[in-house]
Amino acid sequence: MGVVHGEEMVLNIGPQHPATHGVLRLQVRTDGEVVSQITPYMGYLHRCFEKHSENVTYEQVIPFTDRCDYLSSMSMNFGYVVAMEKLMDIKVNNRVEHIRVVMAELQRIASHLLCTGVFGLDLGAFTPFLWALRDRERILDLFELTCGARLLYNYMWVGGLSHDIPTGFVESTFEFLDYFEPKVDELENILAHNKILVERSADIGVMPKDVAISYGVTGPNLRASGVKWDLRKNDPYSIYDKFDFDVPIGEGKKGTVGDCWDRFYVRIIEIRESVKIIRQALASMPKDGDVHQSLPKKLRPPKGSIYARTETPRGDLGYYIESDGSPIPYRVKMRSPAFTALSVLDEIGAGWLLSDVLAILGSLDIVLGEIDR
Amino acid sequence: MTVDFIFDGLNQLFPEFAGNDIFLIIAMLLPVAALLGFITVYGFGVIYSEIKVSSFIQDKTGPMGQGPGLHAGKWGLLQPVADGIKLFIKEDIIPASADKPLFILAPFLIFIGALTSFIAVPFGEKIIITDMNIGIFYIIGVGSLAVIALILAGWSSNNKWALFGGMRSAAQIISYEIPAGISLVVVIMIASSLNMQEIIAYQAGGLFNWIIFDNPFMPIVFIIFFISVLAETNRTPFDLPESESELVAGFVTEYSGTRYAIFFLSEYANMFVVSAVAATAFLGGWQSPFSNFLNSPAWGVFWMMSKTFFLIFVMIWVRWTVPRLRVDQLMHLCWKVFIPIGLFNVFAVAIWIVVRGS
Repeated sequence: MGVVHGEEMVLNIGPQHPATHGVLRLQVRTDGEVVSQITPYMGYLHRCFEKHSENVTYEQVIPFTDRCDYLSSMSMNFGYVVAMEKLMDIKVNNRVEHIRVVMAELQRIASHLLCTGVFGLDLGAFTPFLWALRDRERILDLFELTCGARLLYNYMWVGGLSHDIPTGFVESTFEFLDYFEPKVDELENILAHNKILVERSADIGVMPKDVAISYGVTGPNLRASGVKWDLRKNDPYSIYDKFDFDVPIGEGKKGTVGDCWDRFYVRIIEIRESVKIIRQALASMPKDGDVHQSLPKKLRPPKGSIYARTETPRGDLGYYIESDGSPIPYRVKMRSPAFTALSVLDEIGAGWLLSDVLAILGSLDIVLGEIDR
Repeated sequence: MTVDFIFDGLNQLFPEFAGNDIFLIIAMLLPVAALLGFITVYGFGVIYSEIKVSSFIQDKTGPMGQGPGLHAGKWGLLQPVADGIKLFIKEDIIPASADKPLFILAPFLIFIGALTSFIAVPFGEKIIITDMNIGIFYIIGVGSLAVIALILAGWSSNNKWALFGGMRSAAQIISYEIPAGISLVVVIMIASSLNMQEIIAYQAGGLFNWIIFDNPFMPIVFIIFFISVLAETNRTPFDLPESESELVAGFVTEYSGTRYAIFFLSEYANMFVVSAVAATAFLGGWQSPFSNFLNSPAWGVFWMMSKTFFLIFVMIWVRWTVPRLRVDQLMHLCWKVFIPIGLFNVFAVAIWIVVRGS
């Protein structure tokens, strides 16, 4: 923290603090309410998943990926199986791809709902948070219907899925989407255009384009800064190239491009885009196809390495997997989008008031499980 | 007023002991005991309604398990009682590095502020503990005690979060007393009295004689007053002193158990006082909205309570709807918006009174 001058105070926000979204410690240097320096200390949730992976078989890594970003486990599974299938050169059938896309997009909605809700909570609005959780609950019900788990699914397997979707899943998902779309407008109305929330978030914590790119920030945070970059469009994996959807970017409607309000609003639009993708994927889903069709008898990839990236709700998730030809991975490395988002905090957060720093942190949408791994 | 009434009553009941000092003490203690009972019952009621109103707003059921109902525990009526019991049997923790006497003093001080304001609140035509000639001024003055208690709590906890909360509350409450006071000055100008009952008596004769409809400036004055008292009672969107997502719990961070409960109860008691003042000063107090209908003393209590509880409901409604302001925006709103408009209102209403006659 360096030298602390007379009027300054060093304040530890966390590791147990309601606004740090997990166990994160922010050491901030404050002069009254003005924060001059922020040093994030992470590692309180470090569970050695990458090292563990070197001692278990390839299948057994999937539950670890669940527990990294526990708010978007489906997307974490998805990234791993995409990487593994690339490494082993497995093609899965169309039904599997469609189900995976539906699940990943439902997960994106669930994750963004939580993020927007918690952003409101960080600014002191409690009700939108519970509204968001209420709708997220419906998505978790859908997941529970599919694989029995509500949070940590272990659903996507290398070469297939653990279960096919149950009878009636498509209908209940459509029913959910019909219910859900007006609720997004409701959430937008109570939060995005609320005068107080706009005052609190517009022009606050502006992340310019070049800062975002040089720090390697990805996902909605990067798009809010005005960069149209979405792996589902720019480097399509699975069957995302078949669907018609937009990539929203921050436009600075209420302030500057890349402020907290943009980061928050991009997520609301992304929820709507995900709804579009799910509708298309459900409509075009093939009626038959065995989800276990391409499951390899033995998961033993050839010697070599692979880096594959997918778009999770928080940005580019990259898996680097190195195989030595045995059934146990030699190395599994994860490129975490939330980690880069956290690293930019000092750059965009210093100089603001204490309340603003927590708003900026909330708008970056970090998940400590993924940062610490 | 009530004290005299009870004292006279006791004297008449026991003429042989007339004028006894014990009667005077009883006459003073009885209303205070009644008041404490009222605050307790009101506290349970308002906490229950806060839980339930927030539940309706947030699309959840709220407590359903505790208390009597059509079949066991249908509405969770005893939830606040259970909460209260839980808080009162908790271990009393004082942090080792806290300034112990001040730490203990703070909750009492804030409760004294809330309790003593109650004695000038008119509940009905005759039901007021002390009908002071400066009633409205007294309530503003005693209400300011809260700020000392909050600073004490923030400072004595020896905790950075509590200190932040205490400092914020000092700035906030002192600032917002000015627009609230200016708004009441307008009322005093119109009613030509500082006495609560006389202000209410001025508003007799139905809805359109209420001070809020007295002249075109009064709705603005009322809105400024209401928002300012929201800030004075630390309610959202002005709950910065205890903003739970920024400052953990602000000035109550280190408080737990009974002491925390006292802070909590004082907040709700203050809500009642400021709502009652708003109802008295702007909405006709215990006067019926219809000039000759339902205007008996018993109905007066009903009207006073319904006006007060309506304003409390609005406070709860606002709390569960809007986010929180930032500390500089809070100051901006007070000093650059409310005070200029408030001063303009004083000026405009003064001219209005001179031109139109009051």
